[in-house]
Parts: sequence; C-alpha cells; structure tokens
Amino acid sequence: MTERVFMTMNFRTILYTLKQGLVGVWRNRMMSLASIGSVTSTLIILGIILVLVLNVNNLAVMLEQEFDEIEIFIAEDATKEQIENLNDKLENINGISEIRYKSKEEALKDMQEQWDDKAYLLEDLEENPFPDSLIIRIDNIEESEKIVKSVKNMEGIEDIKYFRDIIEKMVNISTLVRNGGLVIIGILVLISIFIISNTIKITVAARKKEINIMKYVGATNGFIRGPFIVEGILLGIIGSIVSIFIIEFSYKYLFEVASKQLYVFSNVYMIPYYNLFGDVVLIFMSIGIGIGIIGSVVSLRRFLKV
Amino acid sequence: MIHLQNVVKKYKKGVVALNDINIDIEKGDFVFLVGSSGAGKSTLIKLLMKEINPDKGKIIFNDKDITEVSNRGIPEIRRSIGIVFQEFRLLENKTAYENVAFAMEIVGSTPKEIRRQVPNALGLVGLSDKADSFPSQLSGGEQQRVSIARAIVNRPTVLIADEPTGNLDPDTAWEIMGILKDISRRGTTVLMATHAKDIVDIMKKRVIALSKGRVIKDDRKGVYDYEF
Repeated sequence: MTERVFMTMNFRTILYTLKQGLVGVWRNRMMSLASIGSVTSTLIILGIILVLVLNVNNLAVMLEQEFDEIEIFIAEDATKEQIENLNDKLENINGISEIRYKSKEEALKDMQEQWDDKAYLLEDLEENPFPDSLIIRIDNIEESEKIVKSVKNMEGIEDIKYFRDIIEKMVNISTLVRNGGLVIIGILVLISIFIISNTIKITVAARKKEINIMKYVGATNGFIRGPFIVEGILLGIIGSIVSIFIIEFSYKYLFEVASKQLYVFSNVYMIPYYNLFGDVVLIFMSIGIGIGIIGSVVSLRRFLKV
Repeated sequence: MIHLQNVVKKYKKGVVALNDINIDIEKGDFVFLVGSSGAGKSTLIKLLMKEINPDKGKIIFNDKDITEVSNRGIPEIRRSIGIVFQEFRLLENKTAYENVAFAMEIVGSTPKEIRRQVPNALGLVGLSDKADSFPSQLSGGEQQRVSIARAIVNRPTVLIADEPTGNLDPDTAWEIMGILKDISRRGTTVLMATHAKDIVDIMKKRVIALSKGRVIKDDRKGVYDYEF
C-alpha cells in the first residue's frame, strides 16, 4: 500500500496486450476492414497529392536551374555601339552572374544539335534565321522581371525571352494543390479517426464486463488501455502498408510508362520512384499509426472514468 | 483502518446522499451496513472504492486520506480492497479457476504465484473440485463463492460485499455467511451491505444503519432495526 503501483511492463504484460489487441481486430472483422479501408484511402489521396506536389516542385526547381537565363535578341540592324551600350548597362545591374554573347552561327549550331537526327531539315535553309543574342544568367529568377524592364527600351533590341511566367505559374499551381490537398487530407484523417474510434468502441463494449472487473480489482489504466491502443495501431499499420504498396506500384508503373513513351521528359523531370520510397514509407507509417492511436484514445476517453 | 470524518456527498440536483458521516472501522471488524434503498449504502461503498469523491470530509484508509489521492493512485487503493457483488460478475467464457486467476494476472502476478494462490483461494471457499467448471455449470451459491475467491486471492486487507446473498436462497446464503466469517477470522476486515434482516440478527456483529444519508445507529453486536 505504501508503494505505488506501476504498470509492470514485463514480458507477460506485453504479450497479453499484443494478444488482446489482435483479438480485438479479429473479433469485429467488418469494422476493422472499414477502418483499414478508410486509413488506406486517406493515405492514397495523400500519396497522390504528395507525388504531384513533389514532382511539380521538382520540375519548378529544375526549370529554374535550366532557365535562369534571359535571352536578349539583338536586332539585325543594331550598331556596334548600341550593342556595347547594352552590354555596359547590363554589367552595371546587380544580380547578373554572367553575360554571354551568342552569335547567330552558334545559335544555328545549337539548334542542329538539339534536333539531332532531324537536323537535316535545317540544312536547306538559305540563310541563317537566328539573330545574335546576349544570354544573361541571373542569380534569382524573381529578379528577371526587373532586369528585363530596365533594358527593354534600349535601342538595338529585337526581342527578350524569359521563363519567369511559366515557373511562377507552376509554383502557384503546386501551392494550390498542396493547400487544397492539406484540407482534404485533414478532413479524411478526421474521418479515419472517427471510424477507428467506433471500431474500438465495439471491442470495448464486447469486453465491458471484463474491463469493469479489471477496474475493481485494481488494474492500471495503462494496462486496460494497452490492448485497445494496440488494436488502433494495428489498424493504422495495416492501412499504411496497403496504401504504400498501392502508391509505390502505381507510381512505379507510371514512371516506367512515362520513361518509355517520353523518355527524355520523364527521366529528367519525374522523381524516380526509388527516391520516393523511403519518405513515403516514413510519412505513411507515422500518419497511419498516429490515426490509430488518436482513434483509440478518443474512444477510451469517456469510458475509462471510474 | 477505515475512518470516515464528516463526509458529505451530494449528487446533482441537490440530492444529499450522505450527510456528515463519521464511521471508524478497525482491522478485523465484521460490519453490516444496513438501510433501505437510497439510504446511502451504495454511495458509501463507491466512496471507499474511490469511484466517486466526497464533497466534504476525509476518508482515511490504511492511514492515508484517499480523498487526497490522485486518479493514478486508484489502482493501489483497490488492490487492498476485495469486492463481491450481488450479481457475481463472473466472466462467462472463463472457468472458475481462470476467473480467479484473472484477478492476479491483472495486477501482474507471476505464473508461479498464480499457480499457488488460486487453488488456495478456491479451497478457502470450498470449490477446489469445481475449478474447471464454467459459471453456467455452477449454482448461484457456487458462483458467488468463485467471486469471493476472486476478491480475496490478491489478499486484500478489506473485503466489501454488496448484498452478497441478495440473489441466493436462505440455505445458500448461510453458506456464504460462513465463508465471510472465516475470512474475517483470518484478520480481513469485512464490510457487508445487506437487506437480510435474519442474517444480521443471528450473526450478532456490528451494525451500522443508514437512513436518508445519516448514520442513525452504530451498535456492536447489533440487530437489524425494525423501524425502517
């Protein structure tokens, strides 16, 4: 009586807790199935959103690296002085890391290389249609607009090409998908918690008498709660495993199809599925187990008060 | 060992279940708690089990004021109290032996302790030969004996019996009283709430009578009061 009674986490207790948790899952199989299904669908939708957002972000970063350039096409009739003026002006602007002159001959050669086996189409050209250009590499893509604005009215410029708009749009879409996705996932997580807590309530009801006796004999709350929390965790884990398999296999399939059909595109811009695996397992398992624990704690809160 | 000092318990809507109760029970006492329905017997038992807390007063149990004990301390209190109910509350899917062993498993006893203690407890209530029977195969009296064995198997210092003979015929009721007397003789304090006038009158033990939330009588070797 003078010593406190601690929940003795010995081997027998752990074994008992695990066994009762499993019995709980098995005893009401239909509700367990519903719980697993709800966790699985929540995580699948999370997976789709995750894959989308990660890929769009990845694409945006890649494009940013690739297109952190502004290309200023020089007019055919520009004088040497005008070009020098332009160059001087650019050199005085902050945020420009490199200015490179690209002659029309180089431009043609680049295009021939890019077109590869269809380059013969360019051979028939009577004269080189490409203008000379200055290629500016900038530090921060956000600055491109400002730089463009400060030079666009100078003489000798035919046109200016830059990619800020596209990238900005992509980042916006990615943010939208992420925020919308978070709301949907939040709702689905709540639904999953609700379904799991109802499943566990059934087990609790089935063991009401047993629990009542346990309380009168002096079982600790931890000892009584243990099996139900194990039940919740099991439901969460099974749900995560199912969804991990579904997401991984679908993404792998998609990745392979994309690699075959548009190999240049996907290899460069899609995150390889094997890079995604570790994160997905970690995130899904944590969320699945979290839903399970919260679900069981919610269902036990009121009822353990005696 | 149990001391209630100026205990008051009100329920919602202002119903006063217990009003200024003072009771002292010493180790080894055998006490009948009598009174009509609604007199406060159940409330008193719930207070001792710390199922509920009083609004005022102290409840000293084994030198400790249990009204001051946090909820985490409840299992510790209950492990020194055995409880027997009118309706037995046995688990139907467990044998007599398993029902008793269950009470030991819950408090983390080792298999060795369980193998030693359970047959002891069943022997004490005279059910050694029915250890492998399920509750449905036992008579009411036998079921109540299993529930007593379960209540004493963890060797509590107090045994609380809430109308233990309420569902039993007179002969069987006397068997149960014999067992409770044995347990008391071994030094366990027994507190029995009951309506059974004849039992109280014949046993000649201490009687505490409650009426409308107050102690109206506390006699050593008392009888059931005819007036209520």
